[in-house]
Amino acid sequence: MYPENFRYTKEHEWVKVEDGVGTIGITFHAQKELGDIVYVELPKIGTIVEQGKSFAVVESVKAASEIYAPVSGEVIAANDALANAPETLNSDPHGEGWIAKIKLSVPDEVNRLLSPTDYQSYLGAE
Amino acid sequence: MLDTIGISSVEDLTSHLPDEVLLHRPLNIADGKSEYEILDYFGARGAENSLGSTPARPSFLGAGVYRHYRPVLVDTIVSRSEFLTSYTPYQAEIAQGTLTAIFEFQTMVCQLTGMDVANASMYDASTAVPEAAMMAMRVTGRSHVLAARGVHPEYREVLHTYAKYSGMPVDEFGFSGETGLIDVKDLESKITKDTAAVILQSPNFFGVIENVKQAAEIAHANGALLVVVFSEAVSLGIVEPPRDADIVAGELQSFAIPPSYGGPFAGVIACKEKFIRQIPGRLVGETKDDKGNRAFCLTLATREQHIRREKATSNICTNQALIALMATVYMSVYGKQGLRELAVQNLSKAQYLAGKLNRRFTGATFNEFVVSTGKKSAAQVNSELEAKGIVGGLDLERFYPELKNTMLLCCTEMSKRDHMDQVAQVFA
Amino acid sequence: MATSVKHPLDVNASVKKVRSHISQNEQLLFEISSPGKIGYQLPQLDVPAVDPAAVLGAANARTEIESFPEVSEVDVIRHFTRLSTWNYAIDLGMYPLGSCTMKYNPRVNEAAARVDGLAWAHPYQPDHLSQGAMEVMAELEKCLAEITGMDAVTLQPAAGAHGEHTGILLVRAYLEAQGNPRKKILVPDSAHGTNPATAHMAGYSVENVASNDRGMVDTETLLRVVNEDVAAMMVTNPNTLGVFEEHIADVAKILHDKGCLLYMDGANMNALTGISRPGDFGVDVMHLNLHKTFSTPHGGGGPGSGPVAVKKILEPFLPLPRLKREGDQWAWEYNRPDSVGRVRAFYGNFGVLVRALAYIMAHGGPGLRRATYDALLNANYIRKRMEPYYEIAYKDPSMHECVFSDARQKKLGVDTGSIAKRLIDYGFHPYTVSFPLIVHGALMIEPTETESKREMDLFVDAMIAIAKEIEEDPETVKHAPYSTRTSRVDEVTAARKPIVRWKTT
Repeated sequence: MYPENFRYTKEHEWVKVEDGVGTIGITFHAQKELGDIVYVELPKIGTIVEQGKSFAVVESVKAASEIYAPVSGEVIAANDALANAPETLNSDPHGEGWIAKIKLSVPDEVNRLLSPTDYQSYLGAE
Repeated sequence: MLDTIGISSVEDLTSHLPDEVLLHRPLNIADGKSEYEILDYFGARGAENSLGSTPARPSFLGAGVYRHYRPVLVDTIVSRSEFLTSYTPYQAEIAQGTLTAIFEFQTMVCQLTGMDVANASMYDASTAVPEAAMMAMRVTGRSHVLAARGVHPEYREVLHTYAKYSGMPVDEFGFSGETGLIDVKDLESKITKDTAAVILQSPNFFGVIENVKQAAEIAHANGALLVVVFSEAVSLGIVEPPRDADIVAGELQSFAIPPSYGGPFAGVIACKEKFIRQIPGRLVGETKDDKGNRAFCLTLATREQHIRREKATSNICTNQALIALMATVYMSVYGKQGLRELAVQNLSKAQYLAGKLNRRFTGATFNEFVVSTGKKSAAQVNSELEAKGIVGGLDLERFYPELKNTMLLCCTEMSKRDHMDQVAQVFA
Repeated sequence: MATSVKHPLDVNASVKKVRSHISQNEQLLFEISSPGKIGYQLPQLDVPAVDPAAVLGAANARTEIESFPEVSEVDVIRHFTRLSTWNYAIDLGMYPLGSCTMKYNPRVNEAAARVDGLAWAHPYQPDHLSQGAMEVMAELEKCLAEITGMDAVTLQPAAGAHGEHTGILLVRAYLEAQGNPRKKILVPDSAHGTNPATAHMAGYSVENVASNDRGMVDTETLLRVVNEDVAAMMVTNPNTLGVFEEHIADVAKILHDKGCLLYMDGANMNALTGISRPGDFGVDVMHLNLHKTFSTPHGGGGPGSGPVAVKKILEPFLPLPRLKREGDQWAWEYNRPDSVGRVRAFYGNFGVLVRALAYIMAHGGPGLRRATYDALLNANYIRKRMEPYYEIAYKDPSMHECVFSDARQKKLGVDTGSIAKRLIDYGFHPYTVSFPLIVHGALMIEPTETESKREMDLFVDAMIAIAKEIEEDPETVKHAPYSTRTSRVDEVTAARKPIVRWKTT
């Protein structure tokens, strides 16, 4: 369910780091809680984001939820395909439903995030 | 009922309130009155200001509020209990009537204005203008707003009030003393890289039809949006709509909404498709129900205050549903051909009267125009007209000190030739 | 396990309320349109007709309004009458919407607003020809000041949220005149969504204040968070649980001691009129919703009107223009240098003001007080009768509305949203669903003084019947309603692929 090579936040985002670039999305648990996702407000490319600060918004019919950056850095890609198919966030949250890619400015930050095991026990305790 | 609740008198229901918050005396308001007394009272108040305020009394006032004939069907339909006494259509299954009518309203406003999306209405144009400006701020990420002095003076006053505390510096640019059109040079000199919106009105406050295309080119070349305001919706029957605008903010009072001393009216914001997520106010969308039948519901609610709270696009939560319904019925009654013919009548009447007077500006006008009052002051002309039982025009000096001895006059399909001839005589 | 064997339209027959929801099929106006059809007749033109292209210039002249409807007069009246049958309305039955105060809309108010001399009054006609309209406004200002216990009233704001915005602008202008506008507005977590949205529009940041375990403003918490950065606190009283904030006077004192103001959201004024006055318990500024407390029709979502009442200290800052007496005449006063400016064109939603004054006149002082007690009586009657079947959210005494939670029904898999939809099959409009946010799965019920015992009994019987259905056959309730023109509407598709206008295919 929760890929081994991802790291997670308590706000239910995930990040996969490859070559200093983090791909970011929301977790399976998050999409389930939100219900049918109808819109994603994507960050603009070039935006500088800070760990823990809001940088995107995911909307269901009755709620708008902030997405917090799991890592600091510069947004170098956003998943434009979500504009026409926000439902991908529900069907494939850990894959095709990625939201943005961030070039890490503080690579160490990743170490402070949750491992899949820790995240799942956090979900259990929540 | 008292027994069920377990109390002995209704006063027990407030016995838990601290004594100091209770009112220990009757309200100082007279005892209740009968229907007859109430209508007698309001009838008397109506009679006190009846000159110029019944359909029968001639008046040449426009300036944002227009006297147009109200088809009888309008009140017949809006008086139906199902429209008059229903709530905001949050429960779509039992509000399809209101929702469908709003969807038709949105569609007709788009057809009229040449925009792709229209909201379910705003309070009026004066509040739609700042909402449009704030929308442009969100779209462009800029904050400066430039408004033409040809925009209704009271709309601009409201814009300044809203702007004062929301980090939105507002500047104004002038008009040509010859044509009455915007002063293009002044616009070009004041527009900056931080300008979010250029706002102009067409027909403007002087009745003059602006060159929207040219203004759009200037705004867009500087990365700003063009907001076009209208106050006389009937003009859209024969005047080219502001297709080059990004946002249109308008007033629909002309569409069967009584002048009613200034309200309630129905404003509207319409825009290009790409700005739909930033439009304020309610929106009705088409969808299907469980069984696959066409249905309508309020949509994109996440823009609104009850979900986004402090991050909402606006704090607005009422629209003007019943008033918008008046406009919807009006547009249906006149339709494609009627609205055009009605507009031609307005234009013809205005041309007739303007032809007898000394026009102040050379720009093309619809049903309003500015005239010089010559040797007489505007106040003097108006008092001479009043002696003949006619309400004259608006003394423009009130809003534009440089336009001393000028007056804004308006003719509609309700203006009679005989009265127009009398006006011309007073000016002569 | 219960299965759905009965027909879902077979609601508990002992509940007598009719459930008509008749609906005729009807297409959109654009679909019944046909070229050349007309529904109007213009007067004979008594001046020479002009050629638009010649007068306006070819570039300015419009050739046609593309796809605009072409229908006959009969088409129009049938169309809108058919649409109207798809709506629920107060005139069809009870609207137990908490916080919305859906009371009867007296028709005499409509007649008053349509008096020719008022309905056709132009806002720029000279003051000496507008004395009647100005007198109506002056009289209403006086009545509202008396009802709220405040010193001055502006009638300019067009709706409740607009009034809120105006009120917070007044706070800001007042504090600025003192030298420091301050930074934030405190808002209880039980507040209406408009409150934080409004504070933001006036350039303030918002700090949420947690309610205590009784759902009230907690004076201890307030003492901790209040400081010189706080401009004002926005409180709804009775709060959104329908409970009177018993420490409201202390709240006012705590705020005033730090130079902060107390703003009251008057949405629930139907619980206080004639019984208790905000001005007497420390409120500095508040708005009223004339379309709630003062019976003006909701009209499917507007128009409203949101007058703002203030204490003397805020009066200099009220919007332009103000009514003033000059000899034996009313006049509009524009020379007010401290004013926040205009919040809308002209003077307010005058037509709505006429209706509100007619309502006040019909009741009179004693009648307003009696109406309030009737509203409290009704809410408490419903609460008492429903308590055996639904979980009351907070034990404190209810004022004009009562809030339950779906805790018991949720255990059986049915939430407040579904109960509300099932209520439609019993012939009622749903109550307010899932608000206030501090109650999980809220059912918020406000009967107003309009409802008789007979109508309320029908409502409660329906609620009890649904509670029993949930125990026996939850699936039926989950998929309600069945008796309406449309079944549950797909809001997800509407939001994902917005279609907000009709287009030719």
